[in-house]
Order: sequence, then structure tokens, then C-alpha cells
Amino acid sequence: MSISTRKILKNVILYTLVAFILIWCIFPFYWAVISSLKPDKDLFEVNPRLIPARVTFENYIKVFTERPFHQNIWNSIVVAGSTTLLSLAIGSLAAYAIARLKFKGKVLVMTLILAVSMFPQVSILGALFVLLRNMKLINTYPGLIVPYITLTLPLTTWILQNFFRELPKEVEESAAIDGCSRLRTLWSIVLPMAAPGLVATGLLTFIAAWNEFLFALTFMQRPEMYTVPVAIALFKGRSQYEIPWGQIMAAAVIVTTPLVILVLAFQKKIIAGLSAGSVKG
Amino acid sequence: MIFPAILVISVIAFFPLFKTFYDSFFKFGLNPIFERQFVGINNYVRLFKDPRFLDALKNTIVFTLVSVALETVLGLMIALVVHQPIKFRGAIRAAMLIPWAIPTAISSQMWRWMFNDQFGIMSRFLEALHIIQPGTPILGRPGMAMAAIIAVDVWKTTPFMALLILAGLQLIPEQLYEAARIDGANAMQRFFRITLPMLRPTIAVALIFRTLDALRVFDVVYVMTRGSVGTETLSVYNRHVLMDRAFTSASFGYGSAISVAIFVIISVFAIIYIKSLKLELD
Repeated sequence: MSISTRKILKNVILYTLVAFILIWCIFPFYWAVISSLKPDKDLFEVNPRLIPARVTFENYIKVFTERPFHQNIWNSIVVAGSTTLLSLAIGSLAAYAIARLKFKGKVLVMTLILAVSMFPQVSILGALFVLLRNMKLINTYPGLIVPYITLTLPLTTWILQNFFRELPKEVEESAAIDGCSRLRTLWSIVLPMAAPGLVATGLLTFIAAWNEFLFALTFMQRPEMYTVPVAIALFKGRSQYEIPWGQIMAAAVIVTTPLVILVLAFQKKIIAGLSAGSVKG
Repeated sequence: MIFPAILVISVIAFFPLFKTFYDSFFKFGLNPIFERQFVGINNYVRLFKDPRFLDALKNTIVFTLVSVALETVLGLMIALVVHQPIKFRGAIRAAMLIPWAIPTAISSQMWRWMFNDQFGIMSRFLEALHIIQPGTPILGRPGMAMAAIIAVDVWKTTPFMALLILAGLQLIPEQLYEAARIDGANAMQRFFRITLPMLRPTIAVALIFRTLDALRVFDVVYVMTRGSVGTETLSVYNRHVLMDRAFTSASFGYGSAISVAIFVIISVFAIIYIKSLKLELD
């Protein structure tokens, strides 16, 4: 075999593997899109078509007219959005202290924060439920936002302190000499410099809060308070035996499309944040 | 500056954790008709005799071992492929984040539809390959249901694992490979002598991290089978005892004991993980 045929062969194998990987990653999402666009008659066909013969938006209309799905989306936006903002605010304070200040018990604090990120959520589920019930926070936004901040705070703090460490120290030092307070330095020097890192961290926090299921399932018990994952997981048909697959797929597509677009747009930042958060330590 | 973070974490994480531990020594329910009774370690003794708990433990271990092993091996393979000089590498890496970004509860519904016994595309596909008989309810058969759940988890996490390993791959200096080539090392030798040893820290950390995640698996099991047909994991059983029975029986104390047990199991892995990161805490 000549060198050029070997090279061609190698490329053929390589691109076949790449094609497999891509199909594997994308197919379920593609299939949800296709299924959501099929009229029921075509959806429940014994041999499903890979490309729909007829396209209808009926399922998309029904999702909003037959159930409070817009309310569910709004709930998720409020909860995940507030979680992200508050988590960034509290997290950047903590991250700055960890990255720049020397204080006693720093390792202990970091270990505690890290430990929380590894908590099995279910271990605090019962006690947290009782606590929130006593505070009358079940079925309210704060009842979900506060636990979410606790869940995301370790991740936010950990990633942000990684970004803060990489910033040049000199600017902050000269600010300190000019009599700038710590908080002021953080607000007007560190945060603007770390803006790309903040965006990446915020995105990761938002996705984590948007995707959370166990707490949302337990603390939001009225359908109009469900967040999106819970609403979609508990979709019911008119009868016990009928599962509205077309609508479920439409709902899934509605809420995953923005996520997919966000991920595609910010993939470099996300990967940077993720590897800062988990692997690099 | 660190105080707000510590405050939130203490109130919402550590306080409930201690409360759970305390509650695990009592027999009570959330409905006031069940009187609170101190039972000592009885709830823990009961754990060892509860077949449903033991099954859940077994299922969790099977799920964790199989899915983490598959994710690591496949993730490594994918990372090696994507590390090659190929066109559209950025786009491919972006596409690989899609399964990770979709909420597990939602992707589980997508897969539940693909595994539908009558109209599911995956069912048709597996029938065509003669892996299953036509009309087999994949999510209704013991063994198969667990395999399907593992498949969904592997689908969701492998590309993510691959991206983490890829980040590690890119840190290996190219000179090492050049030197090895000059010394006449073939591709296999280069992989086992350079790539794998250099990747070890990355893989080790990713492995423990994934194990921690897999041990507390909830969403995918809950959505796909509700824990039926031999797929109930510890978290699913724990939530059932705590919440589904909270107002109808005096099971809250026992549920708390299960929570503590899960916490202890996961803590062991968490400690290993933190130890392996220790150097970075300065």
C-alpha cells in the first residue's frame, strides 16, 4: 500500500468515526424535532419515517393552549435567572477572598464549599422540605431559588476563583496603594477584567439551575408552579393510557433549542469553565 | 467577604444534613397523627433487612460500574478521534455539548419515546438487528430497562467526558511524540507509553467525579421507569420513602436513615476526590 492510499484510508476511517459521533450526539434531538412536527397519524406509524411526510405545528399550539406551559417556562426563567444572579454576586465575593486574601481556615472553607458540591441532594431533601414548609416557602419561587443558590454556589465560587487567579495582580495592588477598598477593587477592577469568566460561569450556573429536577419535583407541587423539566416529565394525556408524545416532543424542542443555541454560541467559554471547574481543580 | 456564601451553605445544606442525621433516630411522619418516638439505631438495623433497600443498593452499584466504565472507555476513544487534525473541529466539539446541555429529565422523555415498544425508533432499530423480538417492551423488562437507562446516561455523559479528556490530551507536549517516533515507537507504543500515563490524572479525577454523580442518579431513572422493573436506585427509593409516604405513614425517620446511608457512601468517594485535588487548595 502506498503512502497516499494509506493516508486516504486513514481519513476515511477517521471521518466515518466522526460521523458516527455526530449522529450519536445529535440524533435524539433531531428525532424530537421530527416527532414534534408530525401529525398524530404519522407519529403513531409502525415504521416511523426519518423525514416527515407532512409537517404540522399543531403540537406546538396545543402545548400552550391545553396546559400552562408558558407559565412553566416563566417559572424556569425566574428561578434559574435569579439563581444565576444571586449565585454570581455571592460567589464572586467568596471567590475573590479565596483567590486574593490570606485568612485563617482557608483550606477548611474551600473544603466545605467543595464538599457541598458533592452532596447527594437527596440526603437533605426531607429535612429541607420540612424547613421550607415551616417557612411557608413550598410552591413559591424563593423556596426553589434559595436551595438552588446553595447547589450552584460551590461551582460558581470554584470556577470564579480560578478565573480571578489568572488575572494580573499588579493592577489590584496599585489600586490598593491608591487607597481603593477591597470591595471597590472587586467591583470596578476585578469584575470588569473577569467579564468573560463571569459570562461562562453564569451560563454554567444557569444551565445547572434550569436542568435541576429533584428539588423542583419535590418543592413545587402545583402544576402552575412546575419548572420546565418537571412539567415535561409529568406531562399527562387526557386518559391514563394516552401519552401525548407529539406534545411532549414539542415542549422538549421549545426549551432545548435555546439551550442548544447558547451552548453552540458559547462552547469555547463553556469548555474553559468546565475544565476549570472539574478537572484542573 | 466569604461570610454570605458560608451563611447560605450552612443554613440550606449543613443544617438540613444534621437535622436528617438527628431525625434518623426517630420514628415519625409529617402527619401529626404519627407521634415522634425515639428508636435509637433501629432504623439503621432495618436497612440491612430491607430487601428493597438492598436491591436499590445493588442497582445503584451496577448502574455506576457499568455506566462509568463505558463512559470512560468510549470518552477516551472519542477524545482520541476528535484530537486528530480534522475539519470543523470547533463545530464538532460544540455538537458534543448538546447531550450534556439538555436537561436529563427532558432527554429521558425523548429516549422514552425512542424506546416506545410500538412506535419507538430505537425499538425498530434493535428489532432490525435481531437484538430484540418485535413488540418487546424494552422499558418493561428487567435487565433491559436497566440497560436502556444506562444507555441514556452513557449518551448524555460520554461526549462530556470526551471533552474533559480532550482538554488533557491537548496539554501533552508534541515533542514527546516526536522523540518517540524518532526512537521508532509505533502508534500502540506511543499510546500506552505516553498518552495514557500523561492522561492518568485527568482520567482519575473525571472518573471519581462521574462516580459521585452516578451514585446519586435520580432523574433518568425516575422519568424512564419510576424505579420499576429492577431499576430502582438509592435516590429513587429514598425519595419514595421520604416524600410519597411522608403524610400516610411514620416513615420519615426511616427515610432519613436511608439519606444518611447514601451520604456516607458518597462521602467516601468525595473524600478521595478532595484528596486528589488537595494540592491546589494552597
